[in-house]
Amino acid sequence: MPLDWTGTPGALLNPLLAASVGLWLTLLALRLVAALVAVWRATPVAPGLRRASLWAGRALGLVTCAYVLAGMILPAGTTGIVGGVIARFAPAILTVATVIGLSVGLRRRLGVFGLPFHSTVGTIGAALVLFWVVTALLYGGFGLIATHDPLRPISSLRNALPGSPVPEAGLYPHYLLGGDSLARDVFSRMVAGSVIVLTIAPLATLTAVLVGLSLGLPAGYLGGWTDRVLSFAANLILAFPVILLFYLLVTPEVASSALPPVMAAVLFGAPLAFVAVLVHSRLRTQPGRNALTLAAVLVPLAWLWAAVVSQAGTPVTFLPARLDPLDPDRGLLVVFVAVVFVNAPIVFRIVRGLTLDIRTRDYVAAARTRGETPAYIMLWEVLPNARGPLIVDTCLRIGYTTILLGTLGFFGLGLPPESPDWGSTINEGRKLLLVYVHPALPPAAALLSLVLGLNLLADGLREQSMADR
Amino acid sequence: MTPLLAIQGLSVTFATRDRLLPAVTDLTLTIAAGEALALVGESGCGKSTVAAAILRDLGPSGRITGGTVRLDGQDLSTLSPAALRAIRGRRIVMVQQDPMASLNPAMTVGAQLAEVPMIHEGVSRAAAMVRARAIVADVQLPDPDRILRSYPHQLSGGQQQRIVIAMALMSRPSLLILDEPTTALDVTVEAAVVQLVKDLCRSQGTALLFITHNLGLVLDVCDRICVMYAGEVVEAGPARAVFDAMRHPYTQALFRAIPVPAASRDHRPLVTIPGTMPQPDALPPGCRFAPRCAHAVAGLCDAGPVPLLPVRPGATTLDTRRAALPHMTRCLRHTAIEWDAAPTAFDPQPRTAPGPVVLRVAGLHTHYPVARSLFARGRAQVVRANTDVTFDLHAGETLAVVGESGSGKSTLARVLTGLVTATAGQVRFHDRPIGGVPVADRDPATVAAIQMVFQNPADTLNPSVSVGRQIQRALTVFRIGRNTADRQERMLGLLDRVRLPRSAADRLPRHLSGGQRQRVGIARAFAGTPQVVVADEPVSALDVSVQAAITDLLIDMQARHGTALLFISHDLGIVRYLADRVLVMYLGYVVEAGSTAQVFAPPYHPYTEALLSAVPIADTGVKRRQVILQGDVPSAVNPPPGCPFQTRCHRKDQVPGDLCDRMLPDLRTLPGGGQIRCHLPDAVLAAMTPVIAGTDAAG
Amino acid sequence: MTLLTHAFRGLATLVLTALCLTYVVFWLTHLAPNLEKLARTQGSARMADDAVVTWLANRGYDQPLPVLYGQWLGVLLGSVVTGTDGEVRARCADGAAPATDTPPRCGILQGDWGTSTVLRDDVGQIIATRLALTGKLMGWVLVLMVPGALVMGILAGMREGGRLDRGLSTVSILTTATPEYVSGVVLIAVFATGSFGITWFKGTATAAMDDATFANFTLPVVTIALFGMGYIARMTRASMAEVMTAPYIRTARLKGVRFRDIVLRHALRNALIAPFTVIMLQIPWLLNGVVVVETLFNYKGFGWTLVQAAANNDIDLLLGVSVVSVTVVLATQFLSDVGYALLNPRIRTGAA
Repeated sequence: MPLDWTGTPGALLNPLLAASVGLWLTLLALRLVAALVAVWRATPVAPGLRRASLWAGRALGLVTCAYVLAGMILPAGTTGIVGGVIARFAPAILTVATVIGLSVGLRRRLGVFGLPFHSTVGTIGAALVLFWVVTALLYGGFGLIATHDPLRPISSLRNALPGSPVPEAGLYPHYLLGGDSLARDVFSRMVAGSVIVLTIAPLATLTAVLVGLSLGLPAGYLGGWTDRVLSFAANLILAFPVILLFYLLVTPEVASSALPPVMAAVLFGAPLAFVAVLVHSRLRTQPGRNALTLAAVLVPLAWLWAAVVSQAGTPVTFLPARLDPLDPDRGLLVVFVAVVFVNAPIVFRIVRGLTLDIRTRDYVAAARTRGETPAYIMLWEVLPNARGPLIVDTCLRIGYTTILLGTLGFFGLGLPPESPDWGSTINEGRKLLLVYVHPALPPAAALLSLVLGLNLLADGLREQSMADR
Repeated sequence: MTPLLAIQGLSVTFATRDRLLPAVTDLTLTIAAGEALALVGESGCGKSTVAAAILRDLGPSGRITGGTVRLDGQDLSTLSPAALRAIRGRRIVMVQQDPMASLNPAMTVGAQLAEVPMIHEGVSRAAAMVRARAIVADVQLPDPDRILRSYPHQLSGGQQQRIVIAMALMSRPSLLILDEPTTALDVTVEAAVVQLVKDLCRSQGTALLFITHNLGLVLDVCDRICVMYAGEVVEAGPARAVFDAMRHPYTQALFRAIPVPAASRDHRPLVTIPGTMPQPDALPPGCRFAPRCAHAVAGLCDAGPVPLLPVRPGATTLDTRRAALPHMTRCLRHTAIEWDAAPTAFDPQPRTAPGPVVLRVAGLHTHYPVARSLFARGRAQVVRANTDVTFDLHAGETLAVVGESGSGKSTLARVLTGLVTATAGQVRFHDRPIGGVPVADRDPATVAAIQMVFQNPADTLNPSVSVGRQIQRALTVFRIGRNTADRQERMLGLLDRVRLPRSAADRLPRHLSGGQRQRVGIARAFAGTPQVVVADEPVSALDVSVQAAITDLLIDMQARHGTALLFISHDLGIVRYLADRVLVMYLGYVVEAGSTAQVFAPPYHPYTEALLSAVPIADTGVKRRQVILQGDVPSAVNPPPGCPFQTRCHRKDQVPGDLCDRMLPDLRTLPGGGQIRCHLPDAVLAAMTPVIAGTDAAG
Repeated sequence: MTLLTHAFRGLATLVLTALCLTYVVFWLTHLAPNLEKLARTQGSARMADDAVVTWLANRGYDQPLPVLYGQWLGVLLGSVVTGTDGEVRARCADGAAPATDTPPRCGILQGDWGTSTVLRDDVGQIIATRLALTGKLMGWVLVLMVPGALVMGILAGMREGGRLDRGLSTVSILTTATPEYVSGVVLIAVFATGSFGITWFKGTATAAMDDATFANFTLPVVTIALFGMGYIARMTRASMAEVMTAPYIRTARLKGVRFRDIVLRHALRNALIAPFTVIMLQIPWLLNGVVVVETLFNYKGFGWTLVQAAANNDIDLLLGVSVVSVTVVLATQFLSDVGYALLNPRIRTGAA
């Protein structure tokens, strides 16, 4: 028997939901209009309206909570699709609720990590991001949450509608959000996609930030020809339309050439050099400690770098096979390199701008008058004081990278076609969009909520770092 | 008679993220028509908040929580927005701190001026422009038609300030509020602007509320004075009465902390005020100054709120209906304190005899290209920051370099420390040439031997690193100390010497006050036992009450280590207080040099004369001669031909012929031993009288 | 004079950048695997490896890359190759034997953009038609997006932290978080499929190429406009909020200027300088949206052509598309520089 949308609790909750949503939206619209008028007339808004819309919002929240509770408590099958989805997400929801609750309570003692929890916007953002992070961890680590194998089709369920029953015994009894055109479970694919997105996007962003830092700091601090050459190169990449660049870099022909591993070698080399200079500039006056620390940090990093870059069966193979346990998927590597390549110049520009500002400060002059090397000044005097805007930007950038990954998926570039990442699933789903809506919407909603969460988080962080100044 | 403005029991609070901070508590004052009242206090005392509260412009977080503000008997706090707009700009006007920022960069000066009568008097644009032209002429700006067509950035700082004042006086207001109007200006420009405001207010019959931290200006401009501390008025009364007989310990301490150019430290040592002003969320009960007050008595001063008391018995409580206020103080012990007693903390540092020459500068020239802007490409322009600078610096002595912005004094500091390299000439440290050697190429010993103390306390320390680690880093780089533990110990020792608690080591700079940060900066500079310390305006960004303490600390550290101190300043008071010798710089040239006594006594270079005259003096017993300079300092990119000072010199007509226009004067030695770069004939020099003459101005 | 020098220098940098970029595209499209693919699609799919090499050599592809690039640009003489099969092929005679009227050079500079191997048409022709279609789309996007974003940003920024600000900022964050392929899919699902009971618009815009109507053109335009709008609105808001805290705005307020006039006369001009640059620099980013939306709505404009060219390694077409898009990007950068200077009196009139 197929599931309906809200099951038994729906009979009571649906009218309540409709009423509270209607009321809340109306009041919100009224408030917006009132605010517009108030701003123009320079008079305060009537507080009654504000209070009413607050209450409507709370009512809406309560009804939503009721759905969640019903989904978690009532037996599966009676709570409809919504209840089923909530029940599957229960571990993630509970974890997020606990973490957010604790963080808001302890925000003063958490230092930097407590910052987003001072504002509603930041808290909502953190909750959304955390939700997907926890989901990815629980699915990737323990196989929880998803109901079916995201790659395995059940042929009778091609394009099946949400809530369709699964004929095979021993499996979860329903395709909660329906089946896609290849008869795979849409819900499970959405959950599985989070792992891919949440692995690549933060890692690629981090690499891009490190590359941007390694080039942006010298460009801003040293100026002159270093700056001119690097800025020109950055502008060159920025002048490339992103899509064109992707199409040129991420085609199978280019992917099989030596270009991606070479680019990977260079791009991943930047963080390596970064760490080396970081350590050396700090400890240069103490040669013994310096050598020891450098060795301890660099040897594992260099091996990691070699393992990622060197690939058996390509022009770039230099590491013996027994030392090379990591052979990332070629397509993945190309996607990764392309995304870093697009992001790095933007980070470069931001870092350069911040450096240009900070280098005029007296404490930089003070460091110079005590004979510090440029490397030390860049990394230990300039960088720590640029971290605020950089953290905010990194947050935004992870969201942007997620969008870029989606774009790649949308054009079917790089990742294998069966990959459950959100961009590819949206691409799959949109082909039959005019007939079947349900395969495309869940990944779209997932991507939207993650990026929205990151943007809200960044906004909350920015607000707080401004308020602290 | 109703006073023009009557503030009764005004309280203002600001809401922050999680608490309410009181900025002004129970403030009462009146201003009569045409009167000038000074509101004096250090930063954070709430004086600017008073101005904002009068105009009801406190921003979204500020709120008036009590009291009334009445203009001609009308309560401003109940006015509708439209009625308030009619008052703003017409009856009450305000001039803000930063002139450049208070003019709209996208509107011509004329449009901004004409707007005032167009709004308030409904006159036509053409008529408003005619009035604008007239007022531009009134504020003594040349070529009014060109000025009206200009955008603000095309005018100099002094010109912008005059435009702002002109804009304020456009509609002949009843009350002009000046909020620290001249802090961003050079002293000689400041003197002219203050004079202008004084004259214009007098001729228009405009009352003046003059908000400042500069006590010297008060005496020049105002009839009455209100001293604020931590949100309260602590002393009020006629300016001369208050200056002659201070009856609040804070006011007196403030005065005693200010160096005057008439006395050196041997005659009038500075008295420092211990501690800092309480934060608005941690106000002490009772007298707010009690924790820092030498006269405070436990059980009396910290018992409960202190009322404003009349100084002279017989006069009753504050009477707002009377324009002339009696002398009032918020001190319970004002009758018990012996006000004329000499300050107790009397410990002048012994001056060390100057040792051998450590640093020899000869014929130094420093030029650097102007940062080329997007649209000013083409021929490369060069700033001539230092031209033919020559001096010696001896071990253990203090050499002051005096000048306004653009005089090249900061560039000199940067050449010595190696941040900038000299274009020509010699800089020898002992016998090593260092003028052309950037700091990166100097050996560690030389680097450690020449250190610098920076101007801006907000900027001098890395905000992300704890104070202790910053000092330790200096020790590490200078290769002092055997190991980390040893350096840690030395760092704590340095904190002791700059009189900071050892617990400060783990704090981040933002948890320290400006003065404390400056102490850390000094500790860092002295970490490598330097032979030369260059201090670039180390106290000019600090509050008056803190300046003395930091100055004394510098002298103390110098005496301990026998260090040569190159002290850069624009404040002649401090220079007189601590310097052994003085260099006066103008547009990159040394225009006068000599011992402190020689420079501060006639004959002067005309520029030194003007500088001395422009120093505001907070002492009714001191008389000084007015020398007002015209115009602004010319650009160092495009210096005038001949003598660099000729464009502003008030004694140019005393030099025969057109010598000043044609020829750069040599630095010549005067009979008294000082040197000046001037064409003035000996007779004129000999006839010069002292600029400052007063009761205790001897020496 | 300074403005002219600047313009000249800007143009020089622009040309240099364009050369570098087209060279990179040229290099990537002429990578060995791409050429091999070309040979196999144009010649025969089952060609042996050495046959591929001779096929390419006969058509001049074995020349050094800079030479090929020079020929494509029209700086170097077009190659004439006598092949191993005895045929003479001239680049400028479209691979046939050179005739008397064959020009010596045939490249971009001569207006010869080559031929598309997939669409079998003159590249210049294709680009012109497709660009016109995309121009129509972009025109409407700009008409919708720019005023909307500016009004939103200014309303939000004039009272920072106010209710209006919070509301509008949430909306703009939402739109920036929604890439075109998400909003497009959602909009189609909601407004065009009937799944939600609404079929106001069409889910495809193929018909709009000839005859754009409200029904078939709204969704693509809105989809592109939404994504860019949030960003521009946020930049405008930030700029406006900063201007509103400037001392000169306080001066105006204390002069007794009405709030309306403060916003319109004192703040607006200063607040619009920064967003102008943002809008100009946003135009290249719109290209992304155009490609996504044209693919999604099957609107065969410039973006659609880009995808076709890139997916099939249609070398001449891809190069043509690159030249156009790079030119658009650089032109907007240049215009934003010049426009910034013209808007900003501080730069326009020079220092005192």
